[in-house]
Amino acid sequence: MEKEHVPQDKSNLTKNNVKELLYATDENGNYTTSLSTGWEPKTIALSNSIEEINERIAEAKMQVEKGEVSPICYYMEVNKMDLTILSSYVGMWKWRVKRHFKPAVFAKLSDSILKKYAETFDISVAELKNIKTD
Amino acid sequence: MQTNFTHHQSAHCENGVASNLLKNNGLNISEPMVFGIGSGLFFVYLPFIKVNHAPAISYRTLPGQIFNKLASRLNLKIKRQKFSSAVNANKALDENLKNNIPTGLQVGVYHLSYFPDEYRFHFNAHNLVVYGKTETDYLVSDPVMETVTTLTHEELDKVRFAKGAFAPRGQMYYPIQIPSNVDLKSAIIKGIKNTCRDMLAPMPIIGVRGIKFVSKQIRKWPVKHGTKKANHYLAQMVRMQEEIGTGGGGFRFIYAAFLQEAATILNNDELKELSKEMTQIGDSWRDFAVEASRIYKNRSAKEDAYNAIADELLSIANREEIFFKKLKKAIS
Repeated sequence: MEKEHVPQDKSNLTKNNVKELLYATDENGNYTTSLSTGWEPKTIALSNSIEEINERIAEAKMQVEKGEVSPICYYMEVNKMDLTILSSYVGMWKWRVKRHFKPAVFAKLSDSILKKYAETFDISVAELKNIKTD
Repeated sequence: MQTNFTHHQSAHCENGVASNLLKNNGLNISEPMVFGIGSGLFFVYLPFIKVNHAPAISYRTLPGQIFNKLASRLNLKIKRQKFSSAVNANKALDENLKNNIPTGLQVGVYHLSYFPDEYRFHFNAHNLVVYGKTETDYLVSDPVMETVTTLTHEELDKVRFAKGAFAPRGQMYYPIQIPSNVDLKSAIIKGIKNTCRDMLAPMPIIGVRGIKFVSKQIRKWPVKHGTKKANHYLAQMVRMQEEIGTGGGGFRFIYAAFLQEAATILNNDELKELSKEMTQIGDSWRDFAVEASRIYKNRSAKEDAYNAIADELLSIANREEIFFKKLKKAIS
């Protein structure tokens, strides 16, 4: 990549005023570094992932409202986690966390277990029990 | 409490931390040199491991390996410590700062408050340097940021004890011994040999053969998984290739910069030519990213579009195969 072709597209970095460093060649073909504000193909890839996450959140929310899964499932998606990551944060086996996805099991969970989840999601136990339906 | 430390921005976090810590200890070594000697360039495809709900693809070696290989090839001694409790981890870090030792840390990205929200994923192999402490904050030099920044004590606890794959477990590291004369030449040759061996490995999911394997899989994605999932997989692949830290083109440009520097040190003109070739291959990786982004932008997944980028990827793999064979010859 030549230095003059280092892309300066608008990206999610722009609003935080972050620039990333790239390696590019100068007019003599020698390597140098150059700052970039972003690159469109990358921005699209990232927005694609974010959309995917938002869809997963919306879907989980719907399932909670229908009573198919517990709020843990919803907050897991909000926090961009999957079962593996969540189970390592709360320090429980995956099968156990998976069981807590069932609304009937969730309803009977002790406060100490609920607290573990709430702390992981950085919310209160009350918020964990009642997800906002706005 | 603040140690003497100069922040330099870099493309990749691990190279950057290594280069910054060594510069700080009087060994002037560039980021591309760290990456090349540490044999950071790699390719691996792990379809059975899912990252962000897509198959894992990595363009680099495992976290920590670059600095470890660099250290053994330059005879540096690095001290690494992991902790089971945050209290002990903080004590050890504070002790270092008191002794004027800027310290490298492995951290999780998700709780890094100075990152844009969109970039905060559960990725645990990020590296930064802590070079000081105030009553409320730690002073942080994150090599992918333009300038130094801070994290509160609680935030640093969280990122040091992030959970999930590659959990950092409070890991900290710093050089404890640096020889006054380092033998760059032999280290460069070892580093290049290692990379050629990795990229030409006779394993179906590693190196050039791994890239070919992905190319074959890409053709099947839209049929096997449907448009939506196939697009998501592709977007994830481009992110791993181009996201912050790669320096662009899946680390190919950093590697080309390394070869150029190595050509001068080894007085080897062939490496200079190979550096140019690597730059062109890097450009082709960028073209691949552009074509891929067209697919997931339009949300259409015509099979022939997937076939077209699979062809592009295959051609890159073939060129890299020839490239690494030539590189191997050039230094033997």
